[in-house]
Amino acid sequence: MSEELIKPYGDTLNDGVVQLSFTLPVAHSARAIKAAEMYTEKLNFHSVSVVHAHKIGEGFTFFVVYARATPTLDYSRVKATEAEVHPMDFYEINEVIRTKLNRKLVAVGAAIGTDAHTVGIDAIFNMKGYNMDYGLERYPEIEAYNMGSQVSCEELLETALKVNADAILISQTVTQKDAHKRNFTEFIELLEAERLRGRFLLVAGGPRVSNDLAVELGYEAGFGPGTIPSQVASFMTMKISEKEGKSLDYGNDTET
Amino acid sequence: MAEIPLNLEQVARLKETAKEIADEIQEFIDKHSTVSVERTLLRLYGVDGVDEEDIPFPNLLVDLLRDKNQLVGGVSRSFAAAMLASGRDPQTTAELLAQGNISFGDVERFSPDRIMEKEKELARQALCLLDGSRERKREKQENYSRSRQPWRYMIVATGNIYKDRTQAKAAVMAGADMIAVIRSTAQSLLDYVPYGPTTEGFGGTYATQANFKIMRAALDEASQKEDRYIQLVNYSSGLCMAEIAACAAHTDLDVLLNDSMYGILFRDINMKRTFVDQYFSRLICSRAKIIINTGEDNYLTTSDALNSAFTVTASQLINEAMGKKALLTDDLLGLGHAFEINPAIENAFLYELAHAQLARQLFPEAPIKYMPPTKYQSTDIFYAHCLDTLFNLASITTKQGIHLSGILTEAIHTPFMQDRYNSLCSVNYVFNVARGLGDEISFTPEGLVARRARKVLDEVEDFLKDIKRTGLMEAIAQGRFADVKRPVDGGKGLSGVFQKAADYSNPVMERLVKEGIIHE
Repeated sequence: MSEELIKPYGDTLNDGVVQLSFTLPVAHSARAIKAAEMYTEKLNFHSVSVVHAHKIGEGFTFFVVYARATPTLDYSRVKATEAEVHPMDFYEINEVIRTKLNRKLVAVGAAIGTDAHTVGIDAIFNMKGYNMDYGLERYPEIEAYNMGSQVSCEELLETALKVNADAILISQTVTQKDAHKRNFTEFIELLEAERLRGRFLLVAGGPRVSNDLAVELGYEAGFGPGTIPSQVASFMTMKISEKEGKSLDYGNDTET
Repeated sequence: MAEIPLNLEQVARLKETAKEIADEIQEFIDKHSTVSVERTLLRLYGVDGVDEEDIPFPNLLVDLLRDKNQLVGGVSRSFAAAMLASGRDPQTTAELLAQGNISFGDVERFSPDRIMEKEKELARQALCLLDGSRERKREKQENYSRSRQPWRYMIVATGNIYKDRTQAKAAVMAGADMIAVIRSTAQSLLDYVPYGPTTEGFGGTYATQANFKIMRAALDEASQKEDRYIQLVNYSSGLCMAEIAACAAHTDLDVLLNDSMYGILFRDINMKRTFVDQYFSRLICSRAKIIINTGEDNYLTTSDALNSAFTVTASQLINEAMGKKALLTDDLLGLGHAFEINPAIENAFLYELAHAQLARQLFPEAPIKYMPPTKYQSTDIFYAHCLDTLFNLASITTKQGIHLSGILTEAIHTPFMQDRYNSLCSVNYVFNVARGLGDEISFTPEGLVARRARKVLDEVEDFLKDIKRTGLMEAIAQGRFADVKRPVDGGKGLSGVFQKAADYSNPVMERLVKEGIIHE
């Protein structure tokens, strides 16, 4: 594969222009501005221009800085994963579940641990959905259970077993001190302890969740900010169908 | 100022229906108390602190009495008797009781008159505490002058109260009028109030009396420096609504999040528990002049902001009616709502104006609390800042009371110092350049804004009538609010609710109710 060297783009290819903003714990002064410039140079930027500096607290100064980056990156060597989703709409999804699975798809969702934020799980589950896209509760072919927030891993697993869930969707919004990673991991550990690791399709979601992170933590997919319910529903429908040996034929327009 | 022509008879009907809904709940409240209400009484009597296992003494004492099946008469009489037995101050008496050095619930040893005398003395001290806090705040406000509304409300939440201080002072310097210390996630579900200064939290800082005091002292310094009074906000909704109100009165807080239904709907706290707790909590707020903020914005994060706008208004009316039962005056009713309509909808800003203007007109004297966009807030911080700027414009145009400054990193992380600064830059700019806009414009009587406001009001009327017919408790159980069903006997904290015995005694509540609203 041939090299494909890239750099940030301002208005000319390879100009390396980057815009930065940060705070230094020093009082606003000419010396502070110089410090911002020097610190940016230490980050390996050149042509540094501190365009804005303002006192934002006793002994704190906020800066906006433009600078040019030095290193290049070989894009041909960059690998990343994305949840493989063939996007289907509400009607297609219901139709596929009806005809391929020939039963309802059962999904259980919760914000686990101390996380009290239901915004993510609600966006995916609630009848009304998110951004003009219906939530899972609206799908006639999906049996959707939204357990809300502050659900313990044990409660979630108990419910998933009770309703015979196909998929478990876990949302984490609070990320302070990596609480989201700890909570995601705790659930995987519980499944392993109970020897139920392969039993469910596991999906992670939240504002700081990437597919890479989710896969690394042991989930089948991770959905980040801006995800609409039909993306998650499409993914579940595809994976559960595959699992039951009824993989879907998308023709040639498969997006990955 | 710009007004939407509303049917004033309809408004009066809505307020009357809300009052009738609250009346029914009040009947239940008057017959019941909770472990948290009793613990609050002990806190007002001067009991504080924790034992070696970090269990607060108010909890230990109430549990002791409960184990003896004597809580139905209230904690007051037993505690007064214990004070007569110990001959010591409330805190020492509590410690002696907890250690088992004197027995609890032993009321026969003393004559009813002596016990009642002691209870009166304790209640007098409790009222002094509430009155003292109110007066200290008034003095400070007179010294420094309070800023004009909308008050710029800014959050801090590092988990460490000492670091919160640094963040708060910076926010004040950037223009904040109110500082809210976000609570540690899930504190609302703790059936006790944590103790002492804290330096670790999840997504926020624990609400403790010591933390309140530390932050109040920092804001007193900031008030002096800026020569304007900076208000301190914290959160009471949850299993300890009244206890946190007592802690807030001890430390001169200005505002408490305090909603009559939020805990039920969004934290699955039992409704009986919440209704009883919110009443005593609000009586304390009324006497100490603590503004309450209600959480109607939460309806819109779970439901659609256009379709569910009426639930916000209905909840505001119910919160107002229940607040009035607890003697809260209009100036203490920070009824909530939010700027949460999908920005992709054409004319979404006009609908936002309609909702904000409607709230303003329905509660003209109340410091209405306006929440920034969260549901459709973007991780593109530049776009997010634009959204917040239009929110600021809606707020100043419709003269909101408490303005929760939207932050460009809302969808990303707990704000950094620079995020708060950027946010307040936009707020300060818009409030300054558009200060008089609301006085200059008028709404076309048959225009989109006016029609939208009237439509919401019609929906509110149908909804409230239905709630009244069904009864509020049953309506919540059926999922009429926020698309969530909460059974009357479900949720957390029900075991802490009890029916008052015929000889139940709570002299603080009695005096608060009897003496009514304190006019200054």
